[in-house]
Amino acid sequence: MEKVLETKNIDKFFRKPVPFHVLKDINFSIHKGEFTSIMGKSGCGKSTLLYILSTMDTDYTGELYLKGELVTGLDPARLSHIRNKDIGFVFQFHYLLSEFSVLENVMLPARKLGLLSPEEIEHDAMQKLKILEIDHLYKKRASRISGGEKQRVAIARALINNPSIIMGDEPTGNLDSYNADNVFNIFQQLSDEQGLSLLVVTHDQDFANRTDRIIEMSDGRILPATPKAHGILQ
Amino acid sequence: MTRWNVILSIAKTHLLAKIKQTTTAALGVTFGIGAYITLVCFMTGLNKMLDDLILNQTPHVHIFNEIEPSEKQPVDLYQGFTEAMHVVHSIKPKQNQKRIYNALPLLHHLNGSEGVRGAIPQVQTQIFYISGAIELGGNLTGIDVMKEVALFNFDDYIVKGSPQALQQNENGILLGAGIAKKMSLQVGNRVQVSNSKGELFPLKIVGIFQSGIAELDDIQSFANLKTVQRVLGEPENYITDINLKLYDMEDAIPLAQKIERQFGLKAIDINTANAQFETGTTIRNLITYAVSITLLIVAGFGIYNILNMLIYEKMNDIAILKATGFSGKDVQLIFMSQAVIIGLVGGIAGLLMGMGLSFVIDQTPFETEALPTINTYPVNHNPTFYIIGIVFAMIATFLAGYLPSRKAKKIDPVRIIRGQ
Repeated sequence: MEKVLETKNIDKFFRKPVPFHVLKDINFSIHKGEFTSIMGKSGCGKSTLLYILSTMDTDYTGELYLKGELVTGLDPARLSHIRNKDIGFVFQFHYLLSEFSVLENVMLPARKLGLLSPEEIEHDAMQKLKILEIDHLYKKRASRISGGEKQRVAIARALINNPSIIMGDEPTGNLDSYNADNVFNIFQQLSDEQGLSLLVVTHDQDFANRTDRIIEMSDGRILPATPKAHGILQ
Repeated sequence: MTRWNVILSIAKTHLLAKIKQTTTAALGVTFGIGAYITLVCFMTGLNKMLDDLILNQTPHVHIFNEIEPSEKQPVDLYQGFTEAMHVVHSIKPKQNQKRIYNALPLLHHLNGSEGVRGAIPQVQTQIFYISGAIELGGNLTGIDVMKEVALFNFDDYIVKGSPQALQQNENGILLGAGIAKKMSLQVGNRVQVSNSKGELFPLKIVGIFQSGIAELDDIQSFANLKTVQRVLGEPENYITDINLKLYDMEDAIPLAQKIERQFGLKAIDINTANAQFETGTTIRNLITYAVSITLLIVAGFGIYNILNMLIYEKMNDIAILKATGFSGKDVQLIFMSQAVIIGLVGGIAGLLMGMGLSFVIDQTPFETEALPTINTYPVNHNPTFYIIGIVFAMIATFLAGYLPSRKAKKIDPVRIIRGQ
């Protein structure tokens, strides 16, 4: 099966305030269409790992491959382009540009990519909003909609350039259980119906249990893979 | 890969969302540029008027015969006393005539010289104006009036009557405004003048002359060359002064020196005659530019401040843009274009404001005894100032935008996103 993402021997140190070995020899890969979650206690390095995988953090040793291509050491402009085209990102906070409308927020990454005409981009954006059932909000300012709606707009934005992988940093962490459930279902649907790869950092055991695969981290290391049944038994 | 339409639409949204701050920043530029345009137009207009006042009236080279003692006394020439110290008491000027010797051929020669726009003769003499029993001392200058008009804008100073009227009247006189007032004389009246020998000549007043310099207007009058020659009882080749106007004022010094050497006459160039005047112009220009540049720098700091604040407020937006694939350069361009838009809008508004103000000043009445030909404040509407103004606005806002935008470029999105 095709590997969307692969890491080889990734190590990372924090130098401030004291030298700290935060990630230790990370090796794993994610296959196309896989819905993976990363779990671990606070401070175990799971978010740090996610930002390295997202190419935003370049201060590490080891190798990172995206769709079989080495992205470690590429220049910042090239990395921006990769983030734009191949990676969709959903955060816990910082959802949207508050002064822009919902539609504009969703369209921005596509306009940056610039492969399609403005009309086509708008059409695509409306389609993504429709999938997420928030197309009626398209004209509203991003600051005027509810938290659950914001997160769905953020997912639509992550989807707009049809990325190879969607990464989420606690995407449901700030939502009530109803909305969290909703977001999970959307992810699940995208994974099943469109074969999208997903990598989600989460605290939520229930959320993780429902994903295809759980990567557990502790003290900067990935713990040996546990069968999913094991988690359920606990 | 720069997508200008995306970058500009983000910049536009940011600016419109903070319309108050944007307006404040743009107004800073507007006032800076507006004040610059107004100041520069007004000051250079004033400078030009003062320049014209002096330069138009003043010949570039003034040639005359000066009465002065001989530089070498006979004792200096005697070879027997070369080793000795000479003391000569009570040196008197040499017996000399006032007229320029061989003036007509000299005029002809000067008129044909390279770089000379025109050389015109004058006859200057002291006379008395007779009013009843009162005699007022004064100067009468014989001129070729049409040439004076052509070369030295003489008509600007004729407040009543016309130069043509003088040209056509053999017995005409252009009376100084001061004398006319003292003697209660009008155009069309007659005035008697007497020469140093006491002979009386009745002259018809064809016009009133006002230079704006009261001392001059109290004594000076003009008549035709021939009239003055007749008053003096001298022939037509009697010329006391020659005034030169050159194509290039800078040639005045070497030409004056050459004439002094070649013809043994006194020749004063305009720079020597008006040395302090040039300094005044330079200093006025310096002040104008110093004030304008200060205003623009203040406006620049305003933009710098507001962009800095904007970038702090937009940290989250910057992080999101970077996370979704905008490069550092894109982010920098977003903020740079905001600065440039503020500069452009503010600058153009400033040009309009400056233009409006300078036209208002141009229409403001400014009546003064000293300047008979000026009715409103002088303003120099030179398009160059507008070009300088907008270029300076763009440079200032570009620099003011560059530093904050570079900071935005360097913001690490991970730190912002994790920091919350």
